[in-house]
Amino acid sequence: MAIEAAPMFDTDELVINMGPQHPSTHGVLRVILRLDGERVVDADVVVGYIHRGIEKLTENRDWTQIILLTDRMDYVSAATSNEGYCETVEKLMGVEVPRRARYIRTILAELQRVASHCLWLGTHAMDIGAVTVFMYALRERELVLDLFEEYCGARLTYNCMRIGGLPLDIPTGWGRKVQAFCDVMESKIPEYEELLTNNRIWLQRTRGIGVISGEAATALGLCGPPLRGSGVYRDVRKDEPYAAYDEFEFDVPLGTKGDTYDRYLVRLEEFRQSLRIIRQAVDGLPEGPVMAKVPRLIKPKAGETYHAIESPKGELGYFIVSDGRSTNPYRLRVRPPSFCNLQGLKPLIIGHLVADVVALIGTIDIVLGEVDR
Amino acid sequence: MVDIVLIPLLKIAVVVNAVLVLVTIMPLLERKVQGWVQSRLGPMRVGPWGLLQAIVDPIKLMLKEDITPTKADKWLFTLAPIMAVVPALAVFSVIPFGGDGLFYITDINVGLLFIISVTSIGVYGIILAGWASNSKYPLLASLRAAAQLISYEIAVTMTLVSVILTAGTLSMVGIVEAQQETGLWFGFVQPVAFVLVFIGGLAETNRVPFDLPEAEQELTGGFHTEYSGMRWALFFLAEYANMIVIAAVVTTLFWGGWLPPFPSVDALAFLDLIPGWIWFLGKLGVFLYLSVWIRATFPRYRYDQLMRLGWKVLIPIAIANIVVTAVVKVWLL
Repeated sequence: MAIEAAPMFDTDELVINMGPQHPSTHGVLRVILRLDGERVVDADVVVGYIHRGIEKLTENRDWTQIILLTDRMDYVSAATSNEGYCETVEKLMGVEVPRRARYIRTILAELQRVASHCLWLGTHAMDIGAVTVFMYALRERELVLDLFEEYCGARLTYNCMRIGGLPLDIPTGWGRKVQAFCDVMESKIPEYEELLTNNRIWLQRTRGIGVISGEAATALGLCGPPLRGSGVYRDVRKDEPYAAYDEFEFDVPLGTKGDTYDRYLVRLEEFRQSLRIIRQAVDGLPEGPVMAKVPRLIKPKAGETYHAIESPKGELGYFIVSDGRSTNPYRLRVRPPSFCNLQGLKPLIIGHLVADVVALIGTIDIVLGEVDR
Repeated sequence: MVDIVLIPLLKIAVVVNAVLVLVTIMPLLERKVQGWVQSRLGPMRVGPWGLLQAIVDPIKLMLKEDITPTKADKWLFTLAPIMAVVPALAVFSVIPFGGDGLFYITDINVGLLFIISVTSIGVYGIILAGWASNSKYPLLASLRAAAQLISYEIAVTMTLVSVILTAGTLSMVGIVEAQQETGLWFGFVQPVAFVLVFIGGLAETNRVPFDLPEAEQELTGGFHTEYSGMRWALFFLAEYANMIVIAAVVTTLFWGGWLPPFPSVDALAFLDLIPGWIWFLGKLGVFLYLSVWIRATFPRYRYDQLMRLGWKVLIPIAIANIVVTAVVKVWLL
């Protein structure tokens, strides 16, 4: 892509402000671009437009109320945010979660991954101009939301886990519906692939765009699909299994070139792997309680702990400090995958064209609610 | 007096109104077709089956506040939408909707040349709009429009030369009559030229996959970012009128205009019962549908890729097509 031409005329650089109000910045991201023609010479990524002080708020809420706040971080993937938080507190308290609850958590988290990737696929494709994929992907996301609605009553901010387990057992027949959804989803993935995977325009727009090597990605602290797209094997579900992941068979798809196309392929394969996990979990769902014995008033012993899970966006970690006296955390710190992946945006977009900037914002799959918290 | 003033004026009034009606219906049809492609229904709320949407949309746009940014160049800002619409409508003066003299406004002997030159003016509307808005996104869009214009216009014009060679005339009516004499639509004689002109036509009308000057996801609407109300509607109108123009040109040049299929085959003579203008509108509809279908299916090119496509693919093919056509015409026929 690097075209070095002898300067013929004096050219002015154009500073352009993309966002916070822009159709393709996926929320209120602001990117200040310094352009030479349409080529990005320099970029400055500005975050903070949707900062609500969630980490600070947690210091004034009791441990159960915080689950509700985690919903509002990655609002398109609330179940995994809930899961990460609850598991961290369980780790701090040393609570053993019943096996059935861990299975259901896995099902919910993987359903959530499918829903989140659907939204990613739709918006990413729409940023590059393929509007139909957006409608197709949201059509399937709707099915996941219906399943969640049947389970917990909510469609976006679920608040569907508790410290020590789950608030509810699954409704009768829900498992069958999940299986049916897996079949539907399986048959729809080829539809997306037909529109994109071998489409010449899609290949031209994504191949070789935003290439990042495995070392550079690791150095930047990227996680999740952007890291795996560069060929680095890192998946918290495999490396530090939580919930019930150690009981299921699944593969971790890896890219080779680290470009936008590879990240696209990685996420598409993750759809299939998620469905594989869900099927195994529903088939092998053990009987038993869904809630461990936890005191009504949760008050962990003084101490601190860090626990990470693999959210759809990447490694979502919680670091919690408890002083052992109060009914709220002394400090709660989130390691948000979106924020960490956003660090990769600037090195990715420099040297590319304006049209690629929106494609690259799409490919790292950020949710601004989680970036700013 | 009646012949040279009144009747042409009457024809102009009819054609312009017909085009405008078609232009108001097009967005509805586009949304419907796009809806079906995307497994949904499209507009269903206003009127039965959403039909009144075609009337409600223009009314809404007319009632909206018409904003001129303070820093904009007021004259050019007003002129730009007019510059976009007028050429789009003017082209219809040489399009033959039927074989009879009643169905076209005029038949000038350089009809095709007229179309090429007038449609090229249309892009000035976009360039001026981007420039006059005094805003960065529209400016980028107008630069893209200028780059896009040179990339595709040369290829399209070159391709049309091979059609002219085949037909031996520049008159639009003449070209259709040539197809009648040949007994074959030129689409079968010049398939490569048809594909090139259709691709170029998509680029000309700023349609996906070549809608770079608009590129909502990149340039927030591109050249019309600063426009609102009726002036914005004029750009919209120009875009759809241009779509119809391209469909009409492709129909006339390659698919026999008002002719039924295989006009020389006697067994198909019963098709002549259907009036020519219905054939024409039917073919027009097919190409309009095709353009909506493409919009719903393809992602968007990047502008350097569009230029690469124009310069490195379309223009060489167009030149080769001219050479082949000329060789066949001179030595083999």
